[in-house]
Amino acid sequence: MNQKQNDAILDIEDLKMYFPVTRGLLRHKVADVKAVDGVTLKLKTGETLGLVGESGCGKTTVGRCVLRLYQPTAGQILFQGEDISSYPEKRLRAIRSKIALIFQDPYSSLDPRQSAGNIVGEPLKIHQWVGSKAEYNERVEHLFSLVGLDPSMTDRFPHEFSGGQRQRIGVARALACDPSLIICDEPISALDVSIQAQIINLLEELQEGLQGLSYLFIAHDLSVVRHISDRVAVMYLGRVVEITKSRELYDNPLHPYTKALLSAIPIADPFVEESRERIILKGEVPSPLNPPPGCSFHPRCFMAIPECSQVVPPLREISDGHQVACIRV
Amino acid sequence: MVEERNISEEFQEAPPRVSEWKRFWRVFFQRRIVIFGLVILAILLLTAIFAEWLAPHDPYRGILKDSLEDPSSTYLLGTDIQGRDTLSRLIFGTRTALAVGFITTGVAAFAGITLGLMAGYFGGITNMIIMRIMDALMGFPLLLLALLLAAVLGSGIQNVIIALSVAMVPGYARVMHGLTLSIRENDYILAETAMGASASRTMLRHILPNALAPMIVLGTMQLGTLILAEAGLSFLGIGITPPGAAWGAMVNDGYRYLRSNPQLSFAPGLAIMIVVFAFQLVGDGLRDALDPRLRGLL
Amino acid sequence: MTELLKVDGLATYFKTESGVVKAVDGISYHVREKEIVGLVGESGCGKSVSQLSIMQLISSPGEIVGGEVIFEGMDLLKYKANGPQMRSVRGAKIAMIFQEPMTSLNPVLTIGQQLTEMLDLHLHMNREMARERAIELLGIVGIPSGENRIDDYPHHFSGGMRQRVMIAMGLSCNPRMLIADEPTTALDVTTQAQLLELMKDMVDKFQASLVIVTHNLGVVARYAQRIYIMYAGRIVESGTTKDIFGDPLHPYTIGLLKCIPRLDEEEGRKLVPIEGLPPNLINMPSTCAFLPRCSYKTDRCYREPWPPLIHVHDEHYISCYVNTKEKISEPKTK
Repeated sequence: MNQKQNDAILDIEDLKMYFPVTRGLLRHKVADVKAVDGVTLKLKTGETLGLVGESGCGKTTVGRCVLRLYQPTAGQILFQGEDISSYPEKRLRAIRSKIALIFQDPYSSLDPRQSAGNIVGEPLKIHQWVGSKAEYNERVEHLFSLVGLDPSMTDRFPHEFSGGQRQRIGVARALACDPSLIICDEPISALDVSIQAQIINLLEELQEGLQGLSYLFIAHDLSVVRHISDRVAVMYLGRVVEITKSRELYDNPLHPYTKALLSAIPIADPFVEESRERIILKGEVPSPLNPPPGCSFHPRCFMAIPECSQVVPPLREISDGHQVACIRV
Repeated sequence: MVEERNISEEFQEAPPRVSEWKRFWRVFFQRRIVIFGLVILAILLLTAIFAEWLAPHDPYRGILKDSLEDPSSTYLLGTDIQGRDTLSRLIFGTRTALAVGFITTGVAAFAGITLGLMAGYFGGITNMIIMRIMDALMGFPLLLLALLLAAVLGSGIQNVIIALSVAMVPGYARVMHGLTLSIRENDYILAETAMGASASRTMLRHILPNALAPMIVLGTMQLGTLILAEAGLSFLGIGITPPGAAWGAMVNDGYRYLRSNPQLSFAPGLAIMIVVFAFQLVGDGLRDALDPRLRGLL
Repeated sequence: MTELLKVDGLATYFKTESGVVKAVDGISYHVREKEIVGLVGESGCGKSVSQLSIMQLISSPGEIVGGEVIFEGMDLLKYKANGPQMRSVRGAKIAMIFQEPMTSLNPVLTIGQQLTEMLDLHLHMNREMARERAIELLGIVGIPSGENRIDDYPHHFSGGMRQRVMIAMGLSCNPRMLIADEPTTALDVTTQAQLLELMKDMVDKFQASLVIVTHNLGVVARYAQRIYIMYAGRIVESGTTKDIFGDPLHPYTIGLLKCIPRLDEEEGRKLVPIEGLPPNLINMPSTCAFLPRCSYKTDRCYREPWPPLIHVHDEHYISCYVNTKEKISEPKTK
């Protein structure tokens, strides 16, 4: 058991997820949307890995593949050592109690017809986690207080709570069966700024208090990701372009896209802003239906050379734990 | 273990409990015409229940010598060719109307909801097969389909119910299919899959309850249509035939005597009109009260 | 610099089933020529409603119940909402760019038609001239080969491009002032950066003023010269950008700055959230709306009504009784 403590709880190897585009009555395939095009990531027990990128980069799809909401087109997903990428639904059931998901939208992620207590306790029923009704109620109330909600509110309905409170209900539901991994898919972007901090702190406290809880934190807001993550992976059009420790990403970004991304995020400090370099990219994120050849970033890249359009740069380790996918680095 | 936090702080400003029931009743009774519809339906129901006590004469057997009487103090709405009291037949006709209405709705709704739910949830081949069959059925006008089926099955109230049920199924299936598709888009359904819930659990505990409101409205409004359809079938001579007391059949019978005894057809005709209207009104009110966003959609 | 717009005591209320929502409850601010002003606050603070009120775009159950909006010497609120004078101001003198690029363009008209409509309406250009000008505008906002794209429909454009079209429409009649309402929230970060730079370049080029309505403090730190912080329908702090960030005085401003993660923060920095929930705008008490969440409150705050804006120095104003520099923040008692 202790051996596994330091091992990777999640090991994604060359994950590919293609969605076919079909035409005609018989639905024959005309093209593929390459949502995820060869992603390799490792997440250690107790760690938070941030996955960041703009629209079309595939980060949400990676999260859904890990949860096996999709069947990956290729690649391996090793969860606690087991490759779950091609498990049938039956075998996945047991795993599902160990990987949980927190959603972005606090309004559509809770069934409006169920009481908050039932929403939080549903995983307990599905996985037959507790024995008696008394144990069930106790566990639900415990989960409520873990996330900072008054346990006497278990019979209230979602619409009676505020956005931030609803998100807490979502977190409580995720914690129901003591998961080892929680996938957080943009968990705070739909909340008010002053409430976001409450949820970020909650997630951090839970990780400190519950041994061995790991997060895969998917978001587009680099400031938040940097704050909560131990390591950050930057994605662009289905591939990882850079992975490193979060502090290092800011101090020493190597990939041109990372540099542009960082520069595009304004910092709430006019004195700092005055002295920052601004990199404004040209063009827009291309469609995953028609990615550019070679390095998918090269048309917008300020460091591009002709070779960039010919070869897909592999993810290489530059220094300790710092990997970059760029031939110019 | 994570420390217990200062939980009482969290709920300082939790909004006060707004009673869903109160709001529902308030919106429902907002328009007086809905109350009017409700009253009519109440009268209908009571009449059906207490038919034996309310009807002055036997609706099934008439006194031949009193054939085709004009309205009088004995026979308030006159008699038909067999001497049966129109009023009594009208009163007992409520039972037929309601029986056909509710049983048919029950059967059609059950089948339609199940099919629509499965088609919408599973998609793919299941969806294709089910919805194409529904489309085919819907290609027939309601009455024509019911006519066809009733002609094949024969007359009698049971066969009318079967025929109408089959004809009504596509309507429910269609609406349920659409609702399932839109409910499925919500994150909470994805959450169910992510936590390992089975398909049946997701469909029955999460999709169905959220689709209930529009289905109730649909059902209520369809009741009126059903009564009309039954009347139409009986009028066409298929379905319930005399001595059975059914309004449509009564209109059919009285057709020949329109000149001499107009009330034979008009009385049941008026009854049909009023009841259908009442169902529409109540359905309207329910729709507004259950989900204001549906206004004008169903 | 002269004042282009002066808003005084603007108030907009919404009548709902449960009570009156005082979405904007008496705000006063001004915008000078060629200035970039930021209006900052979270959802429900009234920032968007205030701008819609200035343009008289508020419809039932909302109603502008008070205040003056002096623009070019005239009080806009005195005009009828749909009258010719108000309509000649909208689009031509004050233009607004909305948040959702997906829904702010008419899907069944080409962008050329929508652009030229503005030009025809306000500048009375004939078809040819309007078309030429439209193509020119597309070029200015960074949509190359405008002649080819002018007859395309909105769905042929990506979100970022649509927003550029919106900016082109906004600028088409050389307005004196541009109001951008959360202009980049729905877009990717790198696209946001492009568009904000574009807007800044445009106001420079057209010598117009820009009001940025946003919840993103970073955006106003980068672009705005002066900032107004709004909470529950009122302005709680105002000043130059350096004042607000360098010397925040209102407890809400201080709270906001402490609770947002920063890209350049120290490792292990703890966010200090603002406890409690956003205010319920229905039937608000007469005391300060931030009171339940404030860590600096004193007895005076409970007794007296919401404080008016008090002048601190130069352009720095706050709406607070407490000197937050002297008083150390009280931790929430258990």
